[in-house]
Amino acid sequence: MTPVSFYMVLSAILFAIGVAGVMIRRNIIVMFLAVELMLNAVNLAFIALGRRIGSMDGQVIVFFAMTVAAAEAAVGLALIIASFRNRETLNADELNLLRW
Amino acid sequence: MFIELLIGAIKAIVVVLVVLNLTALMLWFERKGAALIQDRIGANRANVLGIGKRLGMPNFGMVNTILCDPIKMFMKEDFVPDGADHFLHGLAPFLALFPVIVTFAVAPMSDILRIGRYTIDLQPANLNVGALYILATIGIGVYGVALSGWSSNNRWALLGGIRATAQMISYEIALGLAILAVVVSYGSLDLQTICRHQGGVWFGFLPRWGILLQPVSFILLMVAGMAESKRVPFDLPEAESELIAGYFTEYSGGKQAVFMMTDFAEVVLVAMLATTFFFGGWQVPWLYRDGFHFPGGGHFLVPNLIVAVLEFIAFWVKVVVLCWLQILVRWTLPRFRYDQLMRLGWKGLVPIGLANLVVTAFVVVVAGAK
Amino acid sequence: MPVWLFIFLAALAVISALGVILQRNPVHCVLALALVLIDMGILFIGLGAETVGFLQIIVYVGAIMVLFLFVIWLLNIQTEERTSEGHLGLKFFGAIAAAALIAEFFAIFLNTPAAMTPRPLPVDYGSIASLAHLLFSSYLVAFEVTSVLLLAAIVGAIALARRVQRAGETVIHQLSSSVTSTEKAA
Repeated sequence: MTPVSFYMVLSAILFAIGVAGVMIRRNIIVMFLAVELMLNAVNLAFIALGRRIGSMDGQVIVFFAMTVAAAEAAVGLALIIASFRNRETLNADELNLLRW
Repeated sequence: MFIELLIGAIKAIVVVLVVLNLTALMLWFERKGAALIQDRIGANRANVLGIGKRLGMPNFGMVNTILCDPIKMFMKEDFVPDGADHFLHGLAPFLALFPVIVTFAVAPMSDILRIGRYTIDLQPANLNVGALYILATIGIGVYGVALSGWSSNNRWALLGGIRATAQMISYEIALGLAILAVVVSYGSLDLQTICRHQGGVWFGFLPRWGILLQPVSFILLMVAGMAESKRVPFDLPEAESELIAGYFTEYSGGKQAVFMMTDFAEVVLVAMLATTFFFGGWQVPWLYRDGFHFPGGGHFLVPNLIVAVLEFIAFWVKVVVLCWLQILVRWTLPRFRYDQLMRLGWKGLVPIGLANLVVTAFVVVVAGAK
Repeated sequence: MPVWLFIFLAALAVISALGVILQRNPVHCVLALALVLIDMGILFIGLGAETVGFLQIIVYVGAIMVLFLFVIWLLNIQTEERTSEGHLGLKFFGAIAAAALIAEFFAIFLNTPAAMTPRPLPVDYGSIASLAHLLFSSYLVAFEVTSVLLLAAIVGAIALARRVQRAGETVIHQLSSSVTSTEKAA
């Protein structure tokens, strides 16, 4: 049986990779994918700790987190489509109309 | 531990072999059986050393479809179009086939088999959440189609791939609602438990099969299943007259053979689901674990091995009958137009499925409260 | 879950996650993330959360990633060139920050005393019955609010992504203009 700290370490590594992805990539869709990666890393931490303390609450939280992530993905992608129609670019650096 | 692993491996091998053989049988039936349905002769020339002819038998076209066609398909040149993504182009057919075959891991082939001191449950993988597993693997099957359309570097293939993906994810919902209604009425997600609940009789003689409990779900599952596997009348993504061959335009040889296999394997899958949920799975009417108990009063004790074999044969016979039903529908109905297809999926099947689910849940709660 | 299996799945997840952020073609990134999500689903199942694990595969891999693929194809995104990624300083800083974050997490997680004694698991841990029991009793309000949230997301996504019909323009005009714009981009 793997100890729970192994799962936490994996969750931490995936979260950090997600953070690096958001900072490194400029393509909005890939940044969005990195955000989803971060969400999943946290889901893994919830389930692992929930099992450790023997409670189902971790799974319920993950259930809700998954649902909210789905809703957020739908609306976020719709936003990306709408902005692409106006600006014809997916590079986050070029979406700078509101910059000073 | 090792014995259990071995038993599990044998069950898995048996189910995969039977499925692959049924797929080959479907291939033959699609060619020769379709010809007979359409009142023509079909393939009847190829033979091996004139054996059938010397014995005076008519040629069934078996050598054609089982021997010559696969040899032809696998010896064709396997090319990747210019500018296409090599890795994804090669991966897509297998990404389409793998989830379909893997779904059979939860197929309940028979009731228990007692050998010595072992009681073997003849289901390769006994999952508590079997119905969720089926929905998950059917969901993964979308990727093969989507990637094949995109990785071909071909406008029409991409369009066919997008259409096929949209069709598949739309009908997954109707399929899921049909399966959910069955799950609610039997109170379990495990396929073996659902099959076991379909034993016994009503009114002394009628077998307790699921179709009498959930007829609307049966129709929903057959329609959604046929749309999911993109068979006629829902095969616009592969329509030859509209989109050349749709998402597998740029595939030839072995990879196209894998796509064909996916098509037929999914026919067997839908037949397996319908059998398990609605036709009692491996239940032979009036056959219980110890023997036959006929409604007239006759009781025959049957040893456990014979019971298991009878149930195994009954399961696959029912699967073949439902495959035949799907092939019959294929060669009878014309093709749907794409917007008609989408309208049927979203505005027809989903509301019916939801209403069915609500009524089922209501009836289950009222009947359970008594 | 035996340790060797966990190590294998963890290595697969980390390599695929690195693939997500390092691949050039967005479709390859989506597929790498789909692999990570299936991996997560398997880990959940190994931790006893069967329902949530399979739901993860159904919802995330089967629906959300397909949505991403659709958006990429709809927008007809070309493979980005290496030179279009600017901000070398940002990349450097990002890598350093990620490494620092990992080091911090390692320090926390590996030095935490085992203060939580593992409690025994109920028999139906991870089953859909126990999950549903919690959802409909303790978390009922969150459940209902989530359904309203999904409705809001559906309406919002449709409202944001649809084409505004100008006066006198029919649906055919809109579709043909979208086809010609993708033809020009192709």
